[in-house]
Amino acid sequence: MLDWIWLIPFLPMVGAIINGTVGRRFPKWAVNIIACGSIFAAFVVSVASFIALTHLDPSQRFHEVTLFSWIATGSTSIDLAYLMDPLSSVMTLIVTGVGFLIHVYSVGYMHHDSSYNRFFTYMNLFCFAMLTLVLGNNFLVLFVGWEGVGLCSYLLIGFWFEDQEKAKAGMKAFVVNRIGDFGFLLAMFFIFMHFGTLNFREVMAAAPTAITAATATLICLLLFLGACGKSAQLPLYVWLPDAMAGPTPVSALIHAATMVTAGVYMIARCNILYSMAPGAMATVATVGAITALFAGTIAIAQNDIKKVLAYSTVSQLGYMFIAMGVGAYAVGIFHLMTHAFFKACLFLGSGSVIHGMHDEQDMRKMGNLRKYMPHTYRTFLIATIAIAGIPPLAAFFSKDEILWMAWSGGFKAQWALGFLAAGITAFYMFRLVFMTFFGEERHDEHVKGKVHESPWTMYVPLYVLMGLSIVGGWVGIPEALGGANHFHHWLAPVLDTGSMEGARHAAALVGDIGPSAAYASGGGGGGEGHSIIEYILMFASVGWALIGIAFAAFCYLKRTDIPAKAAASAKGVYELLYNKYYVDEIYDAVFVKGLVALSNHFWKFWDVVVIDGAANGLAKVVRATGGGLARLQTGQAQGYALAVAIGTVALLAFFAAHATL
Amino acid sequence: MLQNFVPVLILFLFAAAFGLGVLLISSLLGPKRPTAAKQATYECGMDVQPDARRPLDVKYYLIAMAFLIFDVEVIFLYPWAVQFKSLGLFGFIEMLVFLFILLVGYAYIWKKGVLEWE
Amino acid sequence: MDFQLADLKLIAPHIALLGTALLVLMVEVFGHGRRRPEATWISLLGIGIAAAATGMSCHENRLGFSGMLAADGYSAFCNMIILIVGALTILVSSNYLKDERHEHGEYHALILLSMTGMMFMASATHLLLMFLALETMSIAIYALAGFFRTKEGVESCFKYFLLGAFSSAFMLYGIALIYGATGTTQIHGIMEQFTQIKGLASSPMALSGIALLIVGFAFKVAAFPFHGWTPDVYQGAPTSVTAFMATGVKAAAFAAFFRIFFVAFPATSPVWSQALWLLAVATMTMGNFAALAQRDVKRMLAYSSIAHAGYLLVGVVTATAAAGTGMLFYLLSYAFMNIGAFACVIMLGRRGADSTNLDDYAGVGFKYPLLAAALTLFMFSMAGIPPTAGFIGKFLIFKAAIGKEFYWLAVIGVLNSAASVYFYLRVIVYMYFRERPEAAPEGLRSGPAITVATVVAAAAVLILGLAPGFVVRMAEAAMSTF
Repeated sequence: MLDWIWLIPFLPMVGAIINGTVGRRFPKWAVNIIACGSIFAAFVVSVASFIALTHLDPSQRFHEVTLFSWIATGSTSIDLAYLMDPLSSVMTLIVTGVGFLIHVYSVGYMHHDSSYNRFFTYMNLFCFAMLTLVLGNNFLVLFVGWEGVGLCSYLLIGFWFEDQEKAKAGMKAFVVNRIGDFGFLLAMFFIFMHFGTLNFREVMAAAPTAITAATATLICLLLFLGACGKSAQLPLYVWLPDAMAGPTPVSALIHAATMVTAGVYMIARCNILYSMAPGAMATVATVGAITALFAGTIAIAQNDIKKVLAYSTVSQLGYMFIAMGVGAYAVGIFHLMTHAFFKACLFLGSGSVIHGMHDEQDMRKMGNLRKYMPHTYRTFLIATIAIAGIPPLAAFFSKDEILWMAWSGGFKAQWALGFLAAGITAFYMFRLVFMTFFGEERHDEHVKGKVHESPWTMYVPLYVLMGLSIVGGWVGIPEALGGANHFHHWLAPVLDTGSMEGARHAAALVGDIGPSAAYASGGGGGGEGHSIIEYILMFASVGWALIGIAFAAFCYLKRTDIPAKAAASAKGVYELLYNKYYVDEIYDAVFVKGLVALSNHFWKFWDVVVIDGAANGLAKVVRATGGGLARLQTGQAQGYALAVAIGTVALLAFFAAHATL
Repeated sequence: MLQNFVPVLILFLFAAAFGLGVLLISSLLGPKRPTAAKQATYECGMDVQPDARRPLDVKYYLIAMAFLIFDVEVIFLYPWAVQFKSLGLFGFIEMLVFLFILLVGYAYIWKKGVLEWE
Repeated sequence: MDFQLADLKLIAPHIALLGTALLVLMVEVFGHGRRRPEATWISLLGIGIAAAATGMSCHENRLGFSGMLAADGYSAFCNMIILIVGALTILVSSNYLKDERHEHGEYHALILLSMTGMMFMASATHLLLMFLALETMSIAIYALAGFFRTKEGVESCFKYFLLGAFSSAFMLYGIALIYGATGTTQIHGIMEQFTQIKGLASSPMALSGIALLIVGFAFKVAAFPFHGWTPDVYQGAPTSVTAFMATGVKAAAFAAFFRIFFVAFPATSPVWSQALWLLAVATMTMGNFAALAQRDVKRMLAYSSIAHAGYLLVGVVTATAAAGTGMLFYLLSYAFMNIGAFACVIMLGRRGADSTNLDDYAGVGFKYPLLAAALTLFMFSMAGIPPTAGFIGKFLIFKAAIGKEFYWLAVIGVLNSAASVYFYLRVIVYMYFRERPEAAPEGLRSGPAITVATVVAAAAVLILGLAPGFVVRMAEAAMSTF
């Protein structure tokens, strides 16, 4: 079975090719069958290979399939090859499983859209790229998938390009991601230089001996820059909220469940490198913690239902990075999985709401929807409880374990930020639920009486995801709560190779307490001495979440006048949150405008003013800058010749400086 | 290395000094009695036609260019002719190839009407 | 100077092209004045013969004509790039010339002649032959730049000619100085002189000669600050000629640049690699920043070609076999993506109005989905996004740079290519995310030949991106023949 893993990405690609080329002539049902069928087939192959893996001895659980040699230079060659191991099997199951559900959902959601086949082409293409990303056996194949998902995300964000804003959002996502890619590419070059290979297994095996801690830190920080771009962490998170311009299934699949977690996956993949670089780990944990709180606070003041969920995603990704940074890689992947379930459910639920409300996204114009949309309401509520961290639902296990790992690893400050953010999460998520499904009906005139529940193709996936949000956490119940923690044991061959070593150094670097007993036994937890604190923290965070929920209920159910008053009395804070700390404006002023000004400066100053000006004399420059700069675009040959002459003299001077008579 | 060229430099300076000196001496010593006829621009004894600064027909340049090319060809033939014996058959064929390429060029300009004045 | 008949085999490809050029000229004048599509086919046939001859002579692997030129894997690879550039250019031009009412055989003859010059540049192992080849190439290109005799075309032609002559003079002077210092103009001989004569590597005469050689090459490849002519000339010249200039001249000039500096001047490499380092950084940064400010696609591509010259210079700075491999691969992929992009630009234009403003690209994505898809592919490749040829090229070059510990150069290069995505993407944004104006002209200026060229270029960009192994190995084999 494992020899067939290349089918997992290729099946969606075939679907994309068929729908992309001849899909326009097909009836809708045929497009549906091709799109959903190809993903489902990929899911079946993923399950089969997962089962095949379980039959192997844990130390033998990896299988590489080389399709062909991609770039062969000298002694080394980079293959287009796929790797199936416990980590990639988890990722493929998430991508194909959640992907399939979202495809089914899209059948209902996109029913009325004129570019039906184009949508499914992009979606299948995305799945192909994402699966290539998680299955690639070396950095370069991962990077191809990395760019591929970026491209699909760009195409899908701008799917409704008639709207200028949406087209811009797509471009923003792409350009911001390129900043991250810059780091990734450089890291790749450095890895290649030091290891002579880009293959994950070879790099990881050689890492402890081949490179110094300083090199590892450099590589890891550059990789993290890439992860920041793709996984929307500070300071590169700005594209994700704007990316909500795309159709809602896209937000669920790409901008919540799969693509944005690519950075987390990549760090987990490189866990051995990170463990060698305590400085990088501390950075990852700190950035993750700050992002978790930062995005959470913004979510409080948003009124667009999808924007709230977007900032919530950024915040949850922050948790995953905390996990990565404290060396609890398996826990991070665990949260990645549970997050995929409940966030997909939430996004699809919000899509159902938007669908039923005739494209209304403003929560201030909703209310009491549970009456009209019982299925959506039920599933949404459960998923919200799950994200808030109430036991025994999914996020309780994953999020709490991240916080516990941070605490016990000595990352007290990061723990505090994460803990704060947990309560805020509960608050803003229930604010969303109460504003949308409870209270009085504040519907617009034109939708009144027309609000309806969505078709079954939309709510059946919701129920499935709801079920997963409930039980998804049970595969990783920590031993402190009497669970067996199958999830960690499954990932142990990939992620537990001495990873706690680095975390201990990282913790020492942050300046908190020394290594705790929790780490001695790896990701499994399980020691005795720490249990008391672990239980206390568990209760504390559940209690803190309940406080958040209660406060939301108080503000948005009982005393609905409070939020407005609070906003009015703390106007400055509210404005700051409502406007997302003005980060977009600051970036626009500093980077975008700055870059445009700089490039204009470069071009106008050098080519237009210096060269032409030197040729035409100062008088003309003065006249022209006063009048029309456009006239100066006609280049003057004398000016260019002068530049050549100056350049020649400079070169000669440079060489003369190295000459000895 | 550069010292080898010092005699050349001296020769150059000497030549320049001699030329300038002769001009200087003749202008200082020679008698000057200008008349209108003496001042006129000399053009084979003919009256000077209108101002030189007027646009010429483009054909003029084309002919000039063609002349230049074929003139250079002839110059190139001289050293070849001098060394003909030592270059042997290879030299002969080489020159035929060279002439053939020029011949193609000649045929081209002829057919294009470059050589027709009207 | 002894001559062997067997040496003729080394220049068989060059002879084939020259012969074809003459034939095309003769057909043009003796063909009795009707419209003549034969020129295209004859030229393509000649290019095919030259390619076959290159294939046959590439295993010769020796110097010929008393060390004037080499027929080795390197020159064979470069010849192939040049032949591909020429073939694509001729295919692209076919309908364009017809539409612009300039369907003259001279155009093809000039293309073939300048290709002959380019191929000699790539094979030259002698500075004087290299210079002659450079002039052969350039003079034909000067004429091509003004081929349409529009106001802009003539201006661009004249500018290029003036400045080209200016820089050629510097180059010739450089050759003279190197001859003065080493007593030879044969590049292997120069290298030997440098190893034998003590202190030559720091003699002012030799170093000034190298500096002036750099000026000549930097001008031809449009490196800062010798790039001034590029935007004007590229914008004013016929679009097909622009494509030819941007790819062919670049390929030939870089081929000669790399060979000469790699073979003849390793002794002074600490000095010139520093100078070229600065040049490379300034060139790519200047090119990218200026391209950001452009709203005319042709002009944007001109500045982008300056930026690409900067990336390629990284290969010359590094001057290792790995860098040469990267450079060769980059030149080949750049040929495909750039000519492909210009083919799309041609198809969207109208007679007398190139309509190359960004606004003219609004909504093209839905009006002409295939063309837009191809142009998108070319833009992605230029921006260096996998899995396209452009990515692999950049990857190989920057990898080589890091391998020789030019860290900052690689960092700046990658940063530059990250910044460049903005203006390449802008074309795509206009094509897909803007409404096509009502007044936009109908129909494409396309035909079978240009379609074939575009499809071939697009396929090559993809194949070189997905399965570059074969070509990379060829480039490596080419580099091993030095």
